[in-house]
Amino acid sequence: MIAALVPSNATVPIPDIPALVFPALGDTLIMVGIVMAIVIAVGIPLGAIVHNLAPGGLFERAVPYSILSWTVSIGRSLPFLILMASIVPFTRLITGTNIGIAAAVVPMSIAGIAFFTRIVENSLRSVPPSLVNVAKASGASTLQIIRTAQLSEAVPSIIGGITINTIAMIEYSAIAGTIGAGGIGYVAVTYGYQRFDHNVMIATIVILVALVSAVQITGDRLVRLTTPHARDRH
Amino acid sequence: MISLEKLTKVYGRGDSRTVVLDGLDFSVASGEIFAVVGPSGAGKSTLAHCVNLLERPTSGAVLVNGENLSRLSEKQLRVARRSIGTIFQADGLFSRRTAAANVALPLDYLGATPAETKRRVGELLERVGLSDKASSYPHQLSGGQRQRVGIARALALRPSILLSDEATSGLDPESTASIVDLLKELRDDLDLSILFITHEMDTVLQVADSVARLDHGHIVESGALVDLLRDADSDLGRALRPRRDWEAASGADGIWFVSYEGRHVRPDWVSLLGAELGVPISILGASIERINGVTVGHATLGIGGVDPARVTGALAALGLTATLDDAALRPESDELEDVA
Repeated sequence: MIAALVPSNATVPIPDIPALVFPALGDTLIMVGIVMAIVIAVGIPLGAIVHNLAPGGLFERAVPYSILSWTVSIGRSLPFLILMASIVPFTRLITGTNIGIAAAVVPMSIAGIAFFTRIVENSLRSVPPSLVNVAKASGASTLQIIRTAQLSEAVPSIIGGITINTIAMIEYSAIAGTIGAGGIGYVAVTYGYQRFDHNVMIATIVILVALVSAVQITGDRLVRLTTPHARDRH
Repeated sequence: MISLEKLTKVYGRGDSRTVVLDGLDFSVASGEIFAVVGPSGAGKSTLAHCVNLLERPTSGAVLVNGENLSRLSEKQLRVARRSIGTIFQADGLFSRRTAAANVALPLDYLGATPAETKRRVGELLERVGLSDKASSYPHQLSGGQRQRVGIARALALRPSILLSDEATSGLDPESTASIVDLLKELRDDLDLSILFITHEMDTVLQVADSVARLDHGHIVESGALVDLLRDADSDLGRALRPRRDWEAASGADGIWFVSYEGRHVRPDWVSLLGAELGVPISILGASIERINGVTVGHATLGIGGVDPARVTGALAALGLTATLDDAALRPESDELEDVA
C-alpha cells in the first residue's frame, strides 16, 4: 500500500508526506510494541534467573550460569543486521515468512531479550543484598524474595532499562525496515536514502526524534513516580 | 529461650579453611538481654546469621525453646525462622514500601489476610510509637524511627526470640538510648529473649543483663554485666567502663586505682576512708553509676604517707578493691606546673 503512493522517479509532494509517514509510524509502533511485550515478559524472569544463578545469588549454580550468561553475551555481541540475517531460517520456521512485521519481530525480540536480560540483571545487582536477608529472616520463600526484595525494589531502575530498551528497539525497527519490515525505517531508507527525497528524510527524522523523546520523557516520569524519594521533590 | 551448643562455623576447606565460630556455648533466657561484643572480624555477623538461620552451622546446634533448628530442612527452616525476629542494621528497610508496608512484610509472606495484616500492623506501629508515620517512606524517617519500624517488623509474627544485629550502630546517642529503652520495655512486656550483637561498649552498658566477648570466634569472657563490672580483674569489665585519664597527684602521693566490688558500697566512702587513714584523700578521677540496680564505679585516688597495706585494708572494709599505681603508668602531666 505504501508502494502505491510512490510515483517512480519523483519526490513525494509535501502534502502527501503525512499519508506516507503516519501509517509507517503506526507500523513502527506495532512492531516495537509487540517486541517490547515479548522482551519484558521473557527478559524479567530471565534476568532474575541469571542474577540468582550468579555467585552470591539465591540459587547459585556455576555451570548453568555460565551457559546462560554466554548465550546472552553472544546475543548481545552480534550487530543487529548480522543477527537478523543469520537467523532467517529460524524466523521463517516460526512465522512462515522472512519479510514484514512478523518476520522483524523474531530477530528484534531475540536481540531485545539479550539486551534486556543484562539490564534486569544489572538493576537487580544495584538493590542492597541485605534486603534478601531481611526477606529470608522474615520467612519469605524464594519466589517471594525475588518478587519483593529484588524486583520490586528495582522497579525504577528496570523502568529506566525499559526506556533504553524501547529506544534501542525503535532503532532496530529501522534496521529491520531494510528487509521490508515496513515502518518509519523502511520509509527513511527507501525514500530518503535511496531516492534522495530530502522532504521525506526530514519528516522521518522529525518523527523519530519526537518518538524517542516521547519515550524518554514518559520513561523518566515513570521512574520518578516509582521512586519515593524522587517523588517528594516534584 | 535460645541456646547455642558448641556452635561452630567453618568456611572453606583444606588450606583456605577458616574457623569463624569455634564451639560457642551460651543461652539467653526468657526476659534476658544478652549482649555479644567484639571487634570487627570477631565473627559477630556469622553468629547472627547462624542464629537466625540464614546460614547453617558447620556443627553444633541452635535450640529455640528446646527445638534444634540447625538440622531442619530448607522448608522447615523457613517456618522456624518465624520464631526468631531479627532487627537489622540501619539499611534493612525496603525503600519503596511505606513504614506500614515494611512492617506488613512478614505477614504478607505468611499469607495473612489483608484485614488481619492491617490490624496487626496498626498494633505494632502503635507499640513502637510510630502510629502517625504509617504512610511515611523510609527516607522520610529519622534513623531512630527507621529502627523502630525494623523492630515492629521483627515482632510481626510474635517471635519469642529477638536478634538485634548491630541495630543501634550508626545511630546518634539519643536515638540509641530510645531504641534501648524500647527493647527493654518489649523484653519485659513480651518476655523476649534478646540477643544483642554490637561493637559498641557504651550501648552494652545501657542494654545488657549479661554480656559475652567474642574474639576470633571464641567467647573469651562472659557473665552478668554487673558481675563483670565489679570484678577488677575482668578485661571485659574494664573495656566496658574504661578508666579515663586522671588528674595529676600532688607531691609524693601514691596513685591508687579503686574499684567497686561489693554490692553495697556506701556513697560517703571517701570521707570514711579519710577519717580511717587520717590523711587527706585526693580524688583524681572517678566514675560511678547505677547499672541494673547495682552501683558500679571506679576511682583514682591520691593518698600519701600511709602504709599501702593499711590503704588496701581500709578500702576492702568499705567494699572496694585497690591497687597502687606503678610510676610507669602515671600520666605525663604531673611533671612541674600543677603542684599549685
